[in-house]
Amino acid sequence: MKPAPFDYHRPGSVAEAVETLAATGGKVLAGGQSLVPIMSMRLAAPVALVDINRLPGLSEIEVDGGRVRIGALVRHRQLEQHEAAYAANPLLRRALSQVAHPTIRNRGTTVGSLVHADPAAEMPAVLALLDGSVGVVGKTAGERTIAAADFFVGPLESALQSDDLAVTATFPTPPAGTGSSWIELARRHGDYAMVGVGALVRLVDGAVESARVSLISVGLTPVVVEVTETCAGAPYDRVDWQAAQDAIVAAIEPEGDIHASAQYREHLARVLSARALQQALDDGAAKEAA
Amino acid sequence: MTETPHDITLTLNGTPRRLSVPARRLLSDAIRHDARLTGTHVGCEHGVCGACTVLVDGQPMRSCLMFAVSADGAEITTTEGCTTATGGLGPVQQAFRDCHALQCGFCTPGFITTITAFLETNPDPTEDEAREAIGGNLCRCTGYQNIVAAVLRAAQIQREQSQLQGEQGQPA
Ligand SMILES: Cc1cc2nc3c(=O)[nH]c(=O)nc-3n(C[C@H](O)[C@H](O)[C@H](O)COP(=O)(O)OP(=O)(O)OC[C@H]3O[C@@H](n4cnc5c(N)ncnc54)[C@H](O)[C@@H]3O)c2cc1C
Ligand code: FES
Ligand code: FES
Repeated sequence: MKPAPFDYHRPGSVAEAVETLAATGGKVLAGGQSLVPIMSMRLAAPVALVDINRLPGLSEIEVDGGRVRIGALVRHRQLEQHEAAYAANPLLRRALSQVAHPTIRNRGTTVGSLVHADPAAEMPAVLALLDGSVGVVGKTAGERTIAAADFFVGPLESALQSDDLAVTATFPTPPAGTGSSWIELARRHGDYAMVGVGALVRLVDGAVESARVSLISVGLTPVVVEVTETCAGAPYDRVDWQAAQDAIVAAIEPEGDIHASAQYREHLARVLSARALQQALDDGAAKEAA
Repeated sequence: MTETPHDITLTLNGTPRRLSVPARRLLSDAIRHDARLTGTHVGCEHGVCGACTVLVDGQPMRSCLMFAVSADGAEITTTEGCTTATGGLGPVQQAFRDCHALQCGFCTPGFITTITAFLETNPDPTEDEAREAIGGNLCRCTGYQNIVAAVLRAAQIQREQSQLQGEQGQPA
């Protein structure tokens, strides 16, 4: 099917974009890789679209000691291939390489994926795992920063209001000695994952100092589980993830659908979590040794 | 609702084309219906199959997931543009023919554009890299084996051509 008619606006500045959103009640068009299919299937029929693709100053990737900050027009692929961002935080590339296919990543924006807030999407879970944030400019609520913990409200629902434009996302760099990993299982490579897990494990003097995971497709939003209590102090070559797995399974609420039953998702969450934690641990140990 | 037409310019395979389109016109439909270049195919129309893939400013993108008005001013390359300078079969097209990499041909235009862009950044791919490169394109006929072979064959044709060019000191 074809999208329903809408009024098209292409503002020249962030301020004008926000004014136009407020005046028209329209929606933001970024990469369109989620919005256009939804419109073609007539699951959405916005009265107006505000195309932000030509807004100046939103395509930058800034990397400094503490963080990777991206503008709203940074495409998934641009961030994936950015060497300084990879050096600062390899988790970004590891997760981005699992987002759809390269052709989709050429157009889709990472900030758009955060706002879209699909509980099966990788980057919301990565932002949540890293305790990142989204920078927003709104007509009603003004300029502000929203922490990941408050940003993902429900399935396909972020904390943004209808006259808000997300302008940046900030991914804090984990402290030295932290290893990271991303693992997921999909029916076909490039599909949304049945379950995906990102993990961070920090080692200090060869022992686990902290560990946490973030899971996709097992709840209404990304599910972050702090598992430090289950493994803190364990020497890096003798960590048992059993207690962490139990804590993770207790925290998730998977649902069944055409791709996987709830029970199978629970099984995957258990198995993939242990693998992701072990990989993050190995990554951290390799960094400590280096 | 009367729809306001938008005047846009697309450079299609090197030729600037002025089109007047409603906002909701998909780029795929603008290419096929308004510009009458029917080489680009439309399968799923929601980003999954890859048949509609064209190069937008050199990068493969789904033309069914873009509005034409949003692409105003862009350089678009379709499968019709993946030829040699004189209009003969381009290296990827030639390789598809050599390797029998198409049967019904519905998926082919999306493969041709995707592989053309891929070989620009990776002129000497391994078989694994070739498979990864076409991972976002579906084909219901061939079983992919011959398409993978065609990626490698196209790379070979390109290498041979640039070698020839080097020897003759002039473009082929
Ligand atoms: C075949 C296919 C497979 C895919 N597979 C995956 C996958 O495995 N994992 C995954 O994570 N994603 C996947 N995606 C989705 C892809 O990652 C999208 O790029 C992303 O979800 C949305 O980014 P976008 O820039 O395209 O946003 P758009 O589609 O333009 O917008 C999405 C929504 O966010 C809003 N929005 C966008 N940007 C802003 C902003 N700056 N401020 C305010 N609101 C904004 C829009 O109004 C809209 O509601 C897939 C898409 C396709 C077509
Ligand atoms: S028609 Fe565009 S991806 Fe299938
Ligand atoms: S040749 Fe028929 S779909 Fe690929």
